[in-house]
Amino acid sequence: MNNIKETHNHGKEVVISIKGLYKSFDDNHVLQGIDFDLHKGENVIVLGRSGSGKSVLIKIIAGLMKPDKGIVKVLGKDVHKLNKKELIELRLKIGFLFQHSALYDSMTVRENLEFPMRRNIRDISEDKIDEAVKDVLDAVGLAETSDQMPSELSGGQQKRIGIARMLIMKPEVILYDEPTAGLDPLTSYEINDLINEVQKRYKTSSVIITHDLTCAKKTGDRLLMLIDGKFLRQGDFDEVFDTDDERVKGFYDYNFIE
Amino acid sequence: MDTTSNQPAKYFISKGIDEFFIGIYDISRFIGQFFKEAATPPFEYQEVVKQCYKVGYKSLSLITLTAFITGIVFTDHSRPALADFGATSWLPSMIGIAIIKALAPLITALICAGKVGSQLGAELGSMKVTEQIDAMEVSAIDPYKYLVVTRVLATTFMVPILTLYSAFIGLLGSFLDVHGKDQTSLTVFIHDAFFKIGYAEITSTLVRSILFGFTIGIIGCYKGFTTTEGTEGVGKAANSSVVIIMFLVFIEEMVIVKFFNPLYMQ
Repeated sequence: MNNIKETHNHGKEVVISIKGLYKSFDDNHVLQGIDFDLHKGENVIVLGRSGSGKSVLIKIIAGLMKPDKGIVKVLGKDVHKLNKKELIELRLKIGFLFQHSALYDSMTVRENLEFPMRRNIRDISEDKIDEAVKDVLDAVGLAETSDQMPSELSGGQQKRIGIARMLIMKPEVILYDEPTAGLDPLTSYEINDLINEVQKRYKTSSVIITHDLTCAKKTGDRLLMLIDGKFLRQGDFDEVFDTDDERVKGFYDYNFIE
Repeated sequence: MDTTSNQPAKYFISKGIDEFFIGIYDISRFIGQFFKEAATPPFEYQEVVKQCYKVGYKSLSLITLTAFITGIVFTDHSRPALADFGATSWLPSMIGIAIIKALAPLITALICAGKVGSQLGAELGSMKVTEQIDAMEVSAIDPYKYLVVTRVLATTFMVPILTLYSAFIGLLGSFLDVHGKDQTSLTVFIHDAFFKIGYAEITSTLVRSILFGFTIGIIGCYKGFTTTEGTEGVGKAANSSVVIIMFLVFIEEMVIVKFFNPLYMQ
Protein backbone atom coordinates (compact mmCIF):
# COMPACT_ATOMS: atom_id res chain seq x y z
CA MET A 1 0.00 0.00 0.00
CA ASN A 2 2.83 2.32 0.91
CA ASN A 3 4.26 2.60 -2.59
CA ILE A 4 1.02 2.42 -4.53
CA LYS A 5 -0.30 5.80 -5.65
CA GLU A 6 -3.70 6.30 -4.08
CA THR A 7 -6.67 7.54 -6.04
CA HIS A 8 -9.28 9.90 -4.68
CA ASN A 9 -12.96 9.15 -5.22
CA HIS A 10 -13.12 12.02 -7.73
CA GLY A 11 -10.95 9.85 -9.94
CA LYS A 12 -7.91 12.12 -9.72
CA GLU A 13 -4.67 10.76 -8.41
CA VAL A 14 -3.83 11.86 -4.86
CA VAL A 15 -0.26 13.19 -4.66
CA ILE A 16 -0.29 14.34 -1.03
CA SER A 17 -2.41 12.66 1.61
CA ILE A 18 -2.43 13.84 5.23
CA LYS A 19 -4.35 12.09 7.98
CA GLY A 20 -4.71 13.02 11.66
CA LEU A 21 -1.71 15.36 11.76
CA TYR A 22 -0.77 16.85 15.15
CA LYS A 23 2.16 19.13 16.01
CA SER A 24 2.84 21.09 19.19
CA PHE A 25 5.68 23.27 20.46
CA ASP A 26 5.49 22.96 24.25
CA ASP A 27 1.99 24.29 25.09
CA ASN A 28 1.42 25.75 21.63
CA HIS A 29 -0.70 23.19 19.77
CA VAL A 30 -0.32 24.46 16.19
CA LEU A 31 -1.80 21.51 14.28
CA GLN A 32 -4.62 19.58 15.94
CA GLY A 33 -5.80 16.84 13.64
CA ILE A 34 -5.26 17.97 10.05
CA ASP A 35 -6.66 15.86 7.20
CA PHE A 36 -6.43 16.72 3.53
CA ASP A 37 -5.60 15.40 0.08
CA LEU A 38 -3.89 17.20 -2.79
CA HIS A 39 -4.84 15.89 -6.21
CA LYS A 40 -2.68 15.75 -9.30
CA GLY A 41 -2.59 19.06 -11.18
CA GLU A 42 -4.33 20.93 -8.36
CA ASN A 43 -3.24 24.12 -6.55
CA VAL A 44 -4.42 24.05 -2.94
CA ILE A 45 -4.20 27.21 -0.87
CA VAL A 46 -3.69 27.01 2.88
CA LEU A 47 -4.85 30.29 4.42
CA GLY A 48 -4.31 31.34 7.98
CA ARG A 49 -2.96 34.00 10.30
CA SER A 50 0.73 34.36 11.04
CA GLY A 51 1.76 31.72 13.57
CA SER A 52 -1.22 29.52 12.76
CA GLY A 53 1.03 26.64 11.69
CA LYS A 54 0.91 26.98 7.89
CA SER A 55 4.68 26.89 7.41
CA VAL A 56 4.97 24.07 9.95
CA LEU A 57 2.52 22.09 7.82
CA ILE A 58 4.58 22.30 4.63
CA LYS A 59 7.84 21.70 6.48
CA ILE A 60 6.28 18.49 7.81
CA ILE A 61 5.21 17.57 4.26
CA ALA A 62 8.79 18.13 3.03
CA GLY A 63 10.21 16.07 5.89
CA LEU A 64 12.00 19.05 7.45
CA MET A 65 10.01 18.63 10.68
CA LYS A 66 8.57 15.57 12.34
CA PRO A 67 4.90 15.52 13.36
CA ASP A 68 3.84 14.46 16.85
CA LYS A 69 1.19 12.20 15.35
CA GLY A 70 -0.36 11.50 11.96
CA ILE A 71 0.46 10.17 8.52
CA VAL A 72 1.91 12.25 5.68
CA LYS A 73 2.12 10.56 2.30
CA VAL A 74 3.70 12.26 -0.71
CA LEU A 75 3.42 10.45 -4.06
CA GLY A 76 2.27 7.39 -2.09
CA LYS A 77 5.25 7.33 0.27
CA ASP A 78 5.00 7.86 4.01
CA VAL A 79 7.52 10.72 4.38
CA HIS A 80 8.35 10.08 8.01
CA LYS A 81 8.94 6.36 7.62
CA LEU A 82 11.43 6.62 4.76
CA ASN A 83 15.13 5.98 5.26
CA LYS A 84 17.65 8.65 4.24
CA LYS A 85 18.15 7.34 0.71
CA GLU A 86 14.42 6.98 0.06
CA LEU A 87 13.79 10.49 1.41
CA ILE A 88 16.45 11.93 -0.93
CA GLU A 89 14.80 10.14 -3.88
CA LEU A 90 11.39 11.51 -2.89
CA ARG A 91 12.73 15.04 -2.45
CA LEU A 92 13.93 15.05 -6.04
CA LYS A 93 10.22 15.11 -6.93
CA ILE A 94 9.35 17.92 -4.50
CA GLY A 95 10.03 21.62 -5.06
CA PHE A 96 10.01 24.05 -2.13
CA LEU A 97 9.89 27.84 -2.45
CA PHE A 98 10.95 29.44 0.83
CA GLN A 99 9.37 32.61 2.14
CA HIS A 100 12.62 34.56 1.76
CA SER A 101 13.72 32.50 -1.27
CA ALA A 102 16.73 31.00 0.61
CA LEU A 103 19.08 31.46 -2.35
CA TYR A 104 22.69 30.45 -1.57
CA ASP A 105 24.21 33.87 -1.08
CA SER A 106 27.80 32.79 -1.75
CA MET A 107 26.87 31.58 -5.26
CA THR A 108 25.80 33.39 -8.44
CA VAL A 109 22.31 32.87 -9.83
CA ARG A 110 23.68 30.36 -12.30
CA GLU A 111 25.54 28.42 -9.60
CA ASN A 112 22.37 28.40 -7.48
CA LEU A 113 20.51 26.79 -10.36
CA GLU A 114 23.26 24.32 -11.25
CA PHE A 115 23.85 23.25 -7.66
CA PRO A 116 20.99 20.72 -7.26
CA MET A 117 21.66 19.29 -10.76
CA ARG A 118 25.38 18.79 -10.29
CA ARG A 119 24.91 17.09 -6.94
CA ASN A 120 21.94 14.91 -7.83
CA ILE A 121 22.64 13.85 -11.41
CA ARG A 122 25.99 12.10 -11.64
CA ASP A 123 28.01 12.52 -14.85
CA ILE A 124 25.66 15.12 -16.30
CA SER A 125 27.14 16.94 -19.30
CA GLU A 126 27.84 20.67 -19.29
CA ASP A 127 25.57 21.07 -22.34
CA LYS A 128 22.63 19.58 -20.47
CA ILE A 129 23.26 21.85 -17.50
CA ASP A 130 23.47 24.92 -19.78
CA GLU A 131 20.26 23.92 -21.51
CA ALA A 132 18.39 23.35 -18.22
CA VAL A 133 19.62 26.66 -16.75
CA LYS A 134 18.57 28.55 -19.88
CA ASP A 135 15.18 26.83 -19.89
CA VAL A 136 14.29 27.69 -16.30
CA LEU A 137 15.68 31.23 -16.51
CA ASP A 138 13.55 31.80 -19.62
CA ALA A 139 10.55 30.31 -17.82
CA VAL A 140 10.85 32.88 -15.02
CA GLY A 141 11.85 35.70 -17.40
CA LEU A 142 15.26 36.44 -15.87
CA ALA A 143 17.76 35.17 -18.43
CA GLU A 144 19.93 38.28 -17.97
CA THR A 145 20.61 37.68 -14.27
CA SER A 146 22.61 34.46 -14.52
CA ASP A 147 25.94 36.02 -13.48
CA GLN A 148 24.52 38.19 -10.72
CA MET A 149 24.72 37.47 -7.00
CA PRO A 150 21.44 36.99 -5.11
CA SER A 151 22.11 40.16 -3.09
CA GLU A 152 22.01 42.17 -6.35
CA LEU A 153 18.45 41.03 -7.10
CA SER A 154 15.17 42.60 -5.97
CA GLY A 155 12.77 40.65 -3.72
CA GLY A 156 10.59 39.72 -6.69
CA GLN A 157 13.59 38.59 -8.75
CA GLN A 158 14.83 36.47 -5.84
CA LYS A 159 11.42 34.79 -5.68
CA ARG A 160 11.57 34.07 -9.40
CA ILE A 161 15.07 32.60 -9.13
CA GLY A 162 13.84 30.53 -6.15
CA ILE A 163 11.09 29.18 -8.41
CA ALA A 164 13.63 28.55 -11.20
CA ARG A 165 15.89 26.64 -8.78
CA MET A 166 13.12 24.25 -7.86
CA LEU A 167 11.91 23.89 -11.46
CA ILE A 168 15.33 22.78 -12.67
CA MET A 169 14.84 19.36 -11.06
CA LYS A 170 11.36 19.10 -12.68
CA PRO A 171 9.38 18.44 -9.49
CA GLU A 172 5.93 16.83 -9.49
CA VAL A 173 4.83 18.55 -6.29
CA ILE A 174 5.61 22.14 -5.30
CA LEU A 175 5.29 23.65 -1.84
CA TYR A 176 5.15 27.47 -1.82
CA ASP A 177 5.72 29.22 1.51
CA GLU A 178 4.20 32.72 1.32
CA PRO A 179 5.19 33.33 -2.33
CA THR A 180 4.03 36.97 -2.33
CA ALA A 181 5.08 37.98 1.19
CA GLY A 182 6.97 41.27 1.27
CA LEU A 183 6.36 42.07 -2.41
CA ASP A 184 4.60 45.10 -3.86
CA PRO A 185 1.16 44.51 -5.47
CA LEU A 186 2.45 44.52 -9.06
CA THR A 187 5.28 42.10 -8.34
CA SER A 188 2.85 39.93 -6.37
CA TYR A 189 0.62 39.94 -9.44
CA GLU A 190 3.53 38.73 -11.61
CA ILE A 191 4.42 35.99 -9.12
CA ASN A 192 0.79 34.82 -9.07
CA ASP A 193 0.87 34.61 -12.87
CA LEU A 194 4.14 32.71 -12.72
CA ILE A 195 2.68 30.17 -10.27
CA ASN A 196 -0.21 29.54 -12.68
CA GLU A 197 2.18 29.30 -15.65
CA VAL A 198 4.32 26.77 -13.78
CA GLN A 199 1.24 24.69 -13.01
CA LYS A 200 0.23 24.64 -16.69
CA ARG A 201 3.65 24.23 -18.27
CA TYR A 202 5.19 21.71 -15.84
CA LYS A 203 1.91 19.94 -14.84
CA THR A 204 2.73 20.33 -11.17
CA SER A 205 0.52 19.97 -8.10
CA SER A 206 1.05 22.59 -5.42
CA VAL A 207 0.34 23.53 -1.83
CA ILE A 208 0.50 27.31 -1.49
CA ILE A 209 0.76 28.79 1.98
CA THR A 210 -0.37 32.40 2.12
CA HIS A 211 -2.36 35.05 3.91
CA ASP A 212 -2.65 37.10 0.71
CA LEU A 213 -6.23 36.66 -0.51
CA THR A 214 -5.41 37.98 -3.99
CA CYS A 215 -2.81 35.26 -4.35
CA ALA A 216 -5.32 32.74 -2.96
CA LYS A 217 -8.04 33.80 -5.38
CA LYS A 218 -5.77 33.98 -8.40
CA THR A 219 -3.79 30.77 -7.97
CA GLY A 220 -5.94 28.43 -5.88
CA ASP A 221 -8.23 25.71 -7.20
CA ARG A 222 -9.30 24.97 -3.61
CA LEU A 223 -8.81 26.84 -0.33
CA LEU A 224 -8.31 25.49 3.18
CA MET A 225 -8.70 27.90 6.10
CA LEU A 226 -6.44 26.96 9.00
CA ILE A 227 -7.79 28.29 12.29
CA ASP A 228 -6.98 27.01 15.79
CA GLY A 229 -4.98 24.10 14.39
CA LYS A 230 -7.76 22.76 12.16
CA PHE A 231 -9.13 23.37 8.70
CA LEU A 232 -12.24 25.31 9.67
CA ARG A 233 -13.46 25.93 6.11
CA GLN A 234 -12.65 24.47 2.73
CA GLY A 235 -13.90 24.83 -0.81
CA ASP A 236 -13.46 27.36 -3.58
CA PHE A 237 -12.84 31.03 -2.77
CA ASP A 238 -16.51 32.04 -2.57
CA GLU A 239 -17.54 28.97 -0.57
CA VAL A 240 -14.86 29.56 2.06
CA PHE A 241 -15.85 33.16 2.68
CA ASP A 242 -19.63 32.59 2.51
CA THR A 243 -19.95 32.39 6.29
CA ASP A 244 -20.87 34.46 9.33
CA ASP A 245 -17.87 33.19 11.28
CA GLU A 246 -16.08 36.37 12.38
CA ARG A 247 -12.65 34.70 12.27
CA VAL A 248 -13.10 34.02 8.55
CA LYS A 249 -14.99 37.19 7.68
CA GLY A 250 -12.38 39.33 9.44
CA PHE A 251 -9.72 37.88 7.18
CA TYR A 252 -11.70 38.76 4.06
CA ASP A 253 -12.73 42.24 5.25
CA TYR A 254 -9.16 43.26 6.03
CA ASN A 255 -7.85 42.19 2.62
CA PHE A 256 -10.59 43.65 0.44
CA ILE A 257 -12.49 46.32 2.34
CA GLU A 258 -10.59 48.08 5.12
CA MET B 1 1.71 25.10 37.65
CA ASP B 2 5.30 26.25 37.92
CA THR B 3 6.63 24.44 40.97
CA THR B 4 10.11 25.93 40.55
CA SER B 5 9.13 29.55 41.16
CA ASN B 6 9.86 29.25 44.92
CA GLN B 7 13.36 27.88 44.32
CA PRO B 8 14.83 29.93 41.49
CA ALA B 9 18.48 29.29 42.35
CA LYS B 10 18.02 25.53 42.49
CA TYR B 11 15.95 25.65 39.33
CA PHE B 12 18.57 27.58 37.37
CA ILE B 13 21.43 25.38 38.59
CA SER B 14 19.47 22.28 37.66
CA LYS B 15 18.57 23.78 34.26
CA GLY B 16 22.22 24.71 33.67
CA ILE B 17 23.40 21.18 34.48
CA ASP B 18 20.70 19.69 32.23
CA GLU B 19 21.70 21.97 29.37
CA PHE B 20 25.38 21.13 29.84
CA PHE B 21 24.78 17.38 29.55
CA ILE B 22 22.30 17.81 26.69
CA GLY B 23 24.99 19.89 24.94
CA ILE B 24 27.60 17.15 25.50
CA TYR B 25 25.17 14.55 24.13
CA ASP B 26 24.30 16.69 21.08
CA ILE B 27 27.90 17.41 20.19
CA SER B 28 28.85 13.74 20.65
CA ARG B 29 26.15 12.82 18.14
CA PHE B 30 27.36 15.58 15.82
CA ILE B 31 30.92 14.18 15.96
CA GLY B 32 29.65 10.62 15.46
CA GLN B 33 27.74 11.79 12.38
CA PHE B 34 30.93 13.38 11.02
CA PHE B 35 32.85 10.08 11.05
CA LYS B 36 29.89 8.24 9.54
CA GLU B 37 29.37 10.77 6.74
CA ALA B 38 33.10 11.25 6.09
CA ALA B 39 33.50 7.52 5.50
CA THR B 40 30.59 7.10 3.07
CA PRO B 41 30.41 8.26 -0.57
CA PRO B 42 29.78 10.51 -2.38
CA PHE B 43 32.88 12.49 -1.40
CA GLU B 44 32.93 16.23 -2.01
CA TYR B 45 36.59 16.51 -3.11
CA GLN B 46 36.21 19.86 -4.86
CA GLU B 47 34.53 21.47 -1.88
CA VAL B 48 37.24 20.11 0.47
CA VAL B 49 39.94 21.68 -1.73
CA LYS B 50 38.02 24.97 -1.83
CA GLN B 51 37.68 24.98 1.96
CA CYS B 52 41.39 24.07 2.38
CA TYR B 53 42.21 27.14 0.32
CA LYS B 54 39.93 29.30 2.47
CA VAL B 55 41.32 27.95 5.75
CA GLY B 56 44.96 27.79 4.70
CA TYR B 57 45.78 30.47 2.22
CA LYS B 58 43.57 33.12 3.75
CA SER B 59 45.05 32.61 7.25
CA LEU B 60 48.61 32.76 5.96
CA SER B 61 49.27 36.49 6.32
CA LEU B 62 47.96 36.63 9.89
CA ILE B 63 49.94 33.56 10.92
CA THR B 64 53.10 34.87 9.24
CA LEU B 65 52.93 38.15 11.10
CA THR B 66 52.03 36.64 14.48
CA ALA B 67 54.61 33.85 14.33
CA PHE B 68 57.37 36.19 13.19
CA ILE B 69 56.69 38.67 16.00
CA THR B 70 56.39 35.86 18.56
CA GLY B 71 59.78 34.49 17.50
CA ILE B 72 61.48 37.86 17.94
CA VAL B 73 59.72 38.84 21.17
CA PHE B 74 60.14 35.42 22.84
CA THR B 75 63.85 35.42 22.00
CA ASP B 76 64.26 38.93 23.35
CA HIS B 77 62.44 38.12 26.60
CA SER B 78 64.42 34.91 27.15
CA ARG B 79 67.86 36.43 26.58
CA PRO B 80 68.33 38.24 29.96
CA ALA B 81 67.40 35.15 31.99
CA LEU B 82 69.98 33.04 30.15
CA ALA B 83 72.56 35.87 30.20
CA ASP B 84 72.45 35.85 34.02
CA PHE B 85 73.92 32.33 33.88
CA GLY B 86 76.20 33.08 30.94
CA ALA B 87 74.18 30.68 28.83
CA THR B 88 73.05 32.80 25.87
CA SER B 89 74.52 30.16 23.57
CA TRP B 90 71.64 27.93 24.69
CA LEU B 91 69.15 30.46 23.35
CA PRO B 92 68.55 28.76 19.94
CA SER B 93 68.08 25.41 21.60
CA MET B 94 65.57 26.76 24.10
CA ILE B 95 63.73 28.74 21.42
CA GLY B 96 63.60 25.64 19.19
CA ILE B 97 61.95 23.59 21.93
CA ALA B 98 59.57 26.39 22.91
CA ILE B 99 58.44 27.21 19.37
CA ILE B 100 58.22 23.72 17.88
CA LYS B 101 56.78 21.95 20.91
CA ALA B 102 54.54 24.60 22.45
CA LEU B 103 54.16 27.98 20.77
CA ALA B 104 53.62 27.05 17.11
CA PRO B 105 50.70 24.63 17.69
CA LEU B 106 49.06 26.90 20.26
CA ILE B 107 49.47 30.17 18.36
CA THR B 108 48.23 28.59 15.12
CA ALA B 109 45.25 26.99 16.87
CA LEU B 110 44.29 30.22 18.64
CA ILE B 111 44.57 32.30 15.46
CA CYS B 112 42.54 29.75 13.52
CA ALA B 113 40.00 29.65 16.37
CA GLY B 114 39.52 33.39 15.97
CA LYS B 115 39.64 33.57 12.20
CA VAL B 116 38.28 30.23 10.99
CA GLY B 117 36.15 29.09 13.96
CA SER B 118 34.20 32.33 14.13
CA GLN B 119 33.81 32.37 10.35
CA LEU B 120 32.39 28.85 10.34
CA GLY B 121 29.97 29.69 13.16
CA ALA B 122 28.80 32.85 11.43
CA GLU B 123 28.67 31.39 7.90
CA LEU B 124 26.71 28.26 8.77
CA GLY B 125 24.64 30.16 11.35
CA SER B 126 23.65 32.68 8.73
CA MET B 127 22.78 29.88 6.28
CA LYS B 128 20.70 28.23 8.99
CA VAL B 129 18.62 31.28 9.92
CA THR B 130 18.04 32.25 6.27
CA GLU B 131 16.83 28.68 5.56
CA GLN B 132 19.66 27.99 3.07
CA ILE B 133 20.46 24.75 4.92
CA ASP B 134 16.79 23.70 4.73
CA ALA B 135 16.84 24.64 1.03
CA MET B 136 19.78 22.29 0.51
CA GLU B 137 17.97 19.51 2.33
CA VAL B 138 14.77 19.81 0.28
CA SER B 139 16.91 19.88 -2.89
CA ALA B 140 17.93 16.31 -1.95
CA ILE B 141 21.45 17.44 -0.97
CA ASP B 142 22.83 16.31 2.38
CA PRO B 143 23.83 19.62 4.03
CA TYR B 144 25.87 17.85 6.71
CA LYS B 145 28.04 16.14 4.13
CA TYR B 146 28.39 19.20 1.92
CA LEU B 147 28.87 21.86 4.60
CA VAL B 148 30.18 20.16 7.74
CA VAL B 149 32.30 17.23 6.54
CA THR B 150 34.15 19.35 3.98
CA ARG B 151 34.93 22.15 6.42
CA VAL B 152 36.02 19.86 9.27
CA LEU B 153 38.31 17.92 6.90
CA ALA B 154 39.76 21.20 5.66
CA THR B 155 40.61 22.47 9.16
CA THR B 156 41.96 19.04 10.16
CA PHE B 157 44.30 19.00 7.11
CA MET B 158 45.31 22.64 7.12
CA VAL B 159 45.96 23.45 10.79
CA PRO B 160 48.94 21.01 11.01
CA ILE B 161 50.39 22.47 7.80
CA LEU B 162 49.90 25.99 9.14
CA THR B 163 51.53 24.89 12.41
CA LEU B 164 54.69 23.73 10.61
CA TYR B 165 54.71 26.97 8.64
CA SER B 166 54.20 28.97 11.84
CA ALA B 167 57.14 27.13 13.50
CA PHE B 168 59.34 27.93 10.50
CA ILE B 169 58.42 31.63 10.55
CA GLY B 170 58.80 31.80 14.35
CA LEU B 171 62.28 30.31 14.12
CA LEU B 172 63.12 32.73 11.31
CA GLY B 173 62.14 35.67 13.51
CA SER B 174 64.18 34.24 16.35
CA PHE B 175 67.21 33.68 14.08
CA LEU B 176 67.15 37.27 12.87
CA ASP B 177 67.10 38.46 16.47
CA VAL B 178 69.90 36.10 17.58
CA HIS B 179 71.95 36.83 14.46
CA GLY B 180 71.55 40.56 14.96
CA LYS B 181 72.84 40.46 18.53
CA ASP B 182 75.24 37.50 18.65
CA GLN B 183 76.22 37.16 14.97
CA THR B 184 75.22 33.46 15.16
CA SER B 185 75.31 31.82 11.73
CA LEU B 186 72.25 30.14 10.23
CA THR B 187 73.96 26.74 10.26
CA VAL B 188 74.76 26.98 13.97
CA PHE B 189 71.30 28.31 14.77
CA ILE B 190 69.57 25.44 12.94
CA HIS B 191 71.87 22.86 14.53
CA ASP B 192 71.22 24.23 18.02
CA ALA B 193 67.50 24.84 17.54
CA PHE B 194 66.94 21.22 16.47
CA PHE B 195 69.43 19.77 18.96
CA LYS B 196 66.69 18.59 21.33
CA ILE B 197 64.01 18.08 18.68
CA GLY B 198 63.45 14.58 17.37
CA TYR B 199 60.72 12.62 15.60
CA ALA B 200 58.78 12.22 18.85
CA GLU B 201 58.56 16.00 19.34
CA ILE B 202 57.53 16.64 15.73
CA THR B 203 54.96 13.82 15.93
CA SER B 204 53.54 15.21 19.16
CA THR B 205 53.22 18.66 17.58
CA LEU B 206 51.51 17.28 14.50
CA VAL B 207 49.11 15.08 16.48
CA ARG B 208 48.10 18.01 18.66
CA SER B 209 47.65 20.21 15.55
CA ILE B 210 45.44 17.62 13.92
CA LEU B 211 43.32 17.49 17.08
CA PHE B 212 43.20 21.29 17.29
CA GLY B 213 42.19 21.51 13.61
CA PHE B 214 39.43 18.97 14.13
CA THR B 215 38.22 20.86 17.23
CA ILE B 216 38.14 24.17 15.33
CA GLY B 217 36.16 22.67 12.46
CA ILE B 218 33.70 20.60 14.44
CA ILE B 219 32.88 23.24 17.08
CA GLY B 220 32.56 26.06 14.50
CA CYS B 221 30.27 23.92 12.35
CA TYR B 222 28.27 22.64 15.33
CA LYS B 223 27.59 26.14 16.65
CA GLY B 224 26.65 27.35 13.16
CA PHE B 225 24.52 24.34 12.34
CA THR B 226 22.53 24.62 15.56
CA THR B 227 21.99 28.39 15.43
CA THR B 228 18.58 29.69 16.44
CA GLU B 229 17.15 33.14 17.25
CA GLY B 230 17.81 34.90 13.93
CA THR B 231 20.65 37.34 13.40
CA GLU B 232 21.32 37.64 17.13
CA GLY B 233 21.84 33.89 17.14
CA VAL B 234 24.43 34.21 14.34
CA GLY B 235 26.47 36.60 16.47
CA LYS B 236 26.18 34.26 19.44
CA ALA B 237 27.23 31.28 17.29
CA ALA B 238 30.36 33.08 16.06
CA ASN B 239 31.27 34.29 19.52
CA SER B 240 30.64 31.02 21.36
CA SER B 241 32.55 29.09 18.67
CA VAL B 242 35.72 31.05 19.45
CA VAL B 243 35.29 30.83 23.23
CA ILE B 244 34.62 27.08 23.26
CA ILE B 245 37.41 26.29 20.76
CA MET B 246 39.99 28.27 22.76
CA PHE B 247 38.89 26.60 25.99
CA LEU B 248 39.07 23.12 24.42
CA VAL B 249 42.44 23.79 22.77
CA PHE B 250 44.02 24.57 26.16
CA ILE B 251 42.35 21.54 27.78
CA GLU B 252 43.57 19.27 24.96
CA GLU B 253 47.07 20.76 25.17
CA MET B 254 47.23 20.10 28.91
CA VAL B 255 45.85 16.56 28.68
CA ILE B 256 48.27 15.56 25.91
CA VAL B 257 51.32 17.19 27.46
CA LYS B 258 50.66 15.89 30.98
CA PHE B 259 49.29 12.42 30.28
CA PHE B 260 50.19 11.22 26.78
CA ASN B 261 53.59 12.69 26.02
CA PRO B 262 55.28 11.02 29.07
CA LEU B 263 54.15 7.63 27.74
CA TYR B 264 56.40 7.73 24.69
CA MET B 265 58.82 10.60 25.28
CA GLN B 266 61.26 8.83 27.59
